[in-house]
Amino acid sequence: MTIRRRDFLTLAGVAALSGGLPRTARSAETAYDLERFGNARILHMTDTHAQLLPVYFREPSVNLGIGAMQGKPPHLVGRAFLDRFGIRPDSAEAYAFTFLDFEKSAGRFGKLGGFAHLKTLIDRLRQEAGPGRSLLLDGGDLWQGTGLANTMQGADMVEAANLLGIEAMTGHWEFTYGEQALRSNLARFKGEFLAQNVFLTEEAAFNDAKAFDPASGRVFKPATIKEIGGHRVAVIGQAFPYVPIAHPKRFTPDWTFGIRDDELQKLVNTLRTTDKVDAVVLLSHNGMDVDLKLASRVSGIDVILGGHTHDAVPQPIPVTNAGGTTLVTNAGSSGKFLGVLDLELAKGKVADVRYRLLPVFSELLKPDPAMAALIGKMREPHAAAYATKLATSDRLLYRRGNFGGTVDQLICDALLGEFDAEIALSPGFRWGNSVLPGQPVTMEDVLTETAMSYPETYVLKMTGGQIKDVLEDVCDNLFNADPYYQQGGDMVRVGGLTYACSPTESVGRRISDLKLGNGKSLEAGKSYRVAGWASVNEQQGVPVWDVFAKHLRAGKMPAQRGTGVTLKGVDDNPGIAGQG
Amino acid sequence: MTGKNNGFALPRRVILQGVASVALLGLGKIAFGAAPAFAANDKYPDEAFKQKSSDDAIKLLYGKTAEKSDKIKLDAPEIAENGAVVPIAVSSTLSDVTAIAFLVAENPNALVAAYKIPAGTMPSVANRIKMARTSNVIVVVEAGGKLYSTSKEVKVTVGGCGG
Repeated sequence: MTIRRRDFLTLAGVAALSGGLPRTARSAETAYDLERFGNARILHMTDTHAQLLPVYFREPSVNLGIGAMQGKPPHLVGRAFLDRFGIRPDSAEAYAFTFLDFEKSAGRFGKLGGFAHLKTLIDRLRQEAGPGRSLLLDGGDLWQGTGLANTMQGADMVEAANLLGIEAMTGHWEFTYGEQALRSNLARFKGEFLAQNVFLTEEAAFNDAKAFDPASGRVFKPATIKEIGGHRVAVIGQAFPYVPIAHPKRFTPDWTFGIRDDELQKLVNTLRTTDKVDAVVLLSHNGMDVDLKLASRVSGIDVILGGHTHDAVPQPIPVTNAGGTTLVTNAGSSGKFLGVLDLELAKGKVADVRYRLLPVFSELLKPDPAMAALIGKMREPHAAAYATKLATSDRLLYRRGNFGGTVDQLICDALLGEFDAEIALSPGFRWGNSVLPGQPVTMEDVLTETAMSYPETYVLKMTGGQIKDVLEDVCDNLFNADPYYQQGGDMVRVGGLTYACSPTESVGRRISDLKLGNGKSLEAGKSYRVAGWASVNEQQGVPVWDVFAKHLRAGKMPAQRGTGVTLKGVDDNPGIAGQG
Repeated sequence: MTGKNNGFALPRRVILQGVASVALLGLGKIAFGAAPAFAANDKYPDEAFKQKSSDDAIKLLYGKTAEKSDKIKLDAPEIAENGAVVPIAVSSTLSDVTAIAFLVAENPNALVAAYKIPAGTMPSVANRIKMARTSNVIVVVEAGGKLYSTSKEVKVTVGGCGG
């Protein structure tokens, strides 16, 4: 602990967290001293994926931007990221924001996040702002990502959100528990659930399905107006636009989503002209590339507080549009970061802005006792099961990265073995924590990589042509040159298969050179036995966490291999730092 | 559907409007059969619906080529939630609109629907189209004897893998 404390003293202050204080005064107590600014403070958390406890989470070493997005935030990794944002290598911030020296730095700076630690930080920042001068927003993906959240269908996170004081949120994985669970959770949520882009389908409207506004068909309240710092601030919710496409449609049969620029513009105009608000904030789960494009098309939004793509971006990106400038942020994932937006509000406008994305270093923050007690109480019935040790990791386990991570290699190995399959497919989610080498891998860790509402495994026959089509399709969701045609998430992971990928090509032309594990070329007309999980079609197999746990219990981890993907045409792209 | 007229009114109107629009082509004879303007080309455009390419279908329907126009508003999703029923809507600020047609370039037969717009009718049509795969959706509007078009790519995907 003393060693870690010293690391923070000499390194953590670098990002000007404590302004002009002399170096000797920097400590755990002062690391989060922010220079006072403005008359209103908005705190933004997003994509915590229900991580109530502090986590290790390795940021990606591959996060490619294609076309106009190449080389621009958020598509920078490693050293290019540090250079762009002026972060010193080897610092606590470099550890929080990049994958560089992850294993070594994890030992020095410890875990990040945790709701008891977040609570302490949030309370402190709100107290500093003063009564009636702050707002706490959550961008969604709050209710999914742990065994506990999955078992309780997000109800645990509603309790935590209420204690934390979240005043408004929007959603993505929240929808995957289905309407009934969603509504039951929202009935107990003390804040507001906002979504301007979720409408009843025509059939559901015809059948009188429940809606916030039957006239427009909006299922949820689109926006709320909060008075902070003596000014009126509108917060608009933008849910993940592609819920019924990225997930099984059976969870949301009555609802239709989409980006809905036009409806958004009308809403902004009404808030500006009729409600005469002083500022408009979009609480978005679009993903950063979509938000950057949206900011260029929709005018009148001051700041987009973004999530979904799990990009931890230290500074807002200004985007000009017909009405002026909109700032676009993205606040990372897993509870690692807290966005602090300080506003100088004036009549009808934002006069000035300061934004910081604070890494939540768990060891610098005393856990809030009430939150710690709540978390302990909720976990208690499951604690013994979660603590079950399945294996000891002989390598760094992580998932995040465009093409693969070590966790998914193990899941694919488990699927291949369990189902005697030739090829395994595993979805490229961006959630899922890291486990350091030499650490035990517990049932809780397995659930943190897999817990969701459609975990069923499947085995089916697919032709080589169909397999290529799936890879092309997912790849286009990731690398389409127009962000409105992207869905977020990363490339589907493969086992028993290798291929070459040219991200800069168009759909149908990116994937080539498909080979089986034995080196033979995949034949378009031949059928193969494929195993996988998390299909959008209903499946009946055992949950993937059981398959994964059984595989880990069986003994030694197999030799480490690469992602199986050879990249083409991205040599100079600063969104890649080696195969990750 | 029993007597709850409040929240019900608008959606029903929307649907009725859609149905009426779709039926226009068939009802043309009955409703407007007396109008001489329709008499000449009132026949069901059988051949146009059989064309593979959108260009051929447009040529057969209207006998001319379309120029791009920003006075046509096409509402269509970027990514279809269900390729079998993709909701699209078109309206136009062009004056004297006489016809609107929808085409899906990559469908086995490109022409999806063609409407005649009687004089004095607001040129606004909503439809659901079936799409075999990712394609440009093309809308053609005949106005003042000239042909205009706009298009948007609608992606049809197998889905999965959200972050």
